[in-house]
Amino acid sequence: MTTTTASEMTEALLAVRDRRDQEAFGRLFDYFAPRLKSMLMRGRLRDSSAEDVVQDVMLTVWHKASQFDPHRADASAWIYRIARNRQIDLGRRRRPPALPDILEEPETAEPDPAQILGLQQEAERLRTAIEKLSPMQRTILERAFFDDLPHNEISSLTELPLGTVKSRIRLGLERLRYELRDLKT
Amino acid sequence: MTRISHHIPDNLLSAYATGNLAHSFSVLIAAHLSLCDECRANCEAVEMIGGALLDAEREASLSSDERDRLFRAIQEPPPKPPLPVASKLYPAPVMDVLKGQSPTWKMLGGGIRQQILLDDSDGSLRLLYIPSGCAVPEHGHRGPELTLVLQGSFSDHIGRFQRGDVEYAHDDINHQPIADLGEDCICLAATDAPLRFRAILPRLLQPLFRI
Repeated sequence: MTTTTASEMTEALLAVRDRRDQEAFGRLFDYFAPRLKSMLMRGRLRDSSAEDVVQDVMLTVWHKASQFDPHRADASAWIYRIARNRQIDLGRRRRPPALPDILEEPETAEPDPAQILGLQQEAERLRTAIEKLSPMQRTILERAFFDDLPHNEISSLTELPLGTVKSRIRLGLERLRYELRDLKT
Repeated sequence: MTRISHHIPDNLLSAYATGNLAHSFSVLIAAHLSLCDECRANCEAVEMIGGALLDAEREASLSSDERDRLFRAIQEPPPKPPLPVASKLYPAPVMDVLKGQSPTWKMLGGGIRQQILLDDSDGSLRLLYIPSGCAVPEHGHRGPELTLVLQGSFSDHIGRFQRGDVEYAHDDINHQPIADLGEDCICLAATDAPLRFRAILPRLLQPLFRI
C-alpha cells in the first residue's frame, strides 16, 4: 500500500514538473499536506500556523518542481527537504543557508529508468526498516528529523544524557544502513 | 574541477541534512556540496530517511478550505526571490552570505587577509586569504573547525587540501596549515567558538581581529 502510494507520488511530481499537471498536484497535496502538518506540529507550530507553512511548502513544490531529479531523490525525500528548510528558517528567525548549486551533470541528461527504480526500491526498504525500529529508536529518529529543537533539548525531553541520545540517533541510522546494505551496488 | 579527496565527516553531514547544525557550519557544508558530488549523494541518502519518516507520519486533519486556498495560490505568478548566483570562485551559498559582492578583505598582517561573514552565538564564518608559501598562525581550538579551500591549496600534517577539500579539526588538534607555492590560497573557515591562538602575539590580537 505504502509502496504504491509513495512511488505514485514521484510519478505525480514528475507530471507536475513536466506538464504542470494540476490534477497530479492535487494528489500530492492530498498525500503530503496532512503528513506535513503533523510533522510541523511536532515543533513549535500550532494548528493554523502549521497550515500556513504547509501552504508555503506546497507552493514551493509547485514553483520549484523543475529542480526535482528522480535520479537523486523520491518525492518524499525532496519534499521533506523543502519542509525542513522552511521549519529551520522559522525556528531560528534567520534565513537558512542557501542551497548548494546544482551540480553540472557530466553525462547526458537522458533519464535512467534503472536508477530511478533502484532509488524507489531503496526508499521502500527504508520504510520497511523504519517499521522494524523499536518505539524508542523511532521516537529519537523522528525528533532528529522533524523537531525544531537543538540536541540538548532532545536530551531533556527524554531525560537521557546527551551522549546517549546522540548514540541512539546513530544507532537508528546504523540499523537503517544495515538494512540497506545489500541493496548497494 | 580538481578531484576532491577530503570530505565532510558523516556525523556532520547527517546533522546538516536533518537541520541540526550551527548556521556557520551549514553554510560551509552547503558550499562544499556545491563542489562535491560524493557528499551531495550522502546527504541525499540521509534525506531519503527523512522522506521515509514523512511517509510513515500520521495524517493530521486539515481545515476544509486548505486545498482550494493552495489552488488559488498556484494561479498567481511565482515570487521572484533574488537568487544568489555562484561566481567562478565562490559557490552560491558563499555568494549569498557575501550578499552578491566581492569580499572586502581586512589585513591581518603577514599578507594574510580575512573577511568575517558571520560572528554570533551560532558560530563564526570567515574567508581567509593566505599568500602562497605563508603559514596561518598556529592555533588550538575551543571547538571544532571546518575549513573549505576555494582557491589554491594548503598543506599541514594531515595532508594537502585543494579546491573543494574540507579539513575538519577537532578540539585537540594543533595544526599549522601552510599555503602551497603557486596560486594564493583562499579558504572559508567555520567555527562554533572563537579560536584560541597559541603564540602570545596572535593571542593578544585575537579579540581585535576576532579570528
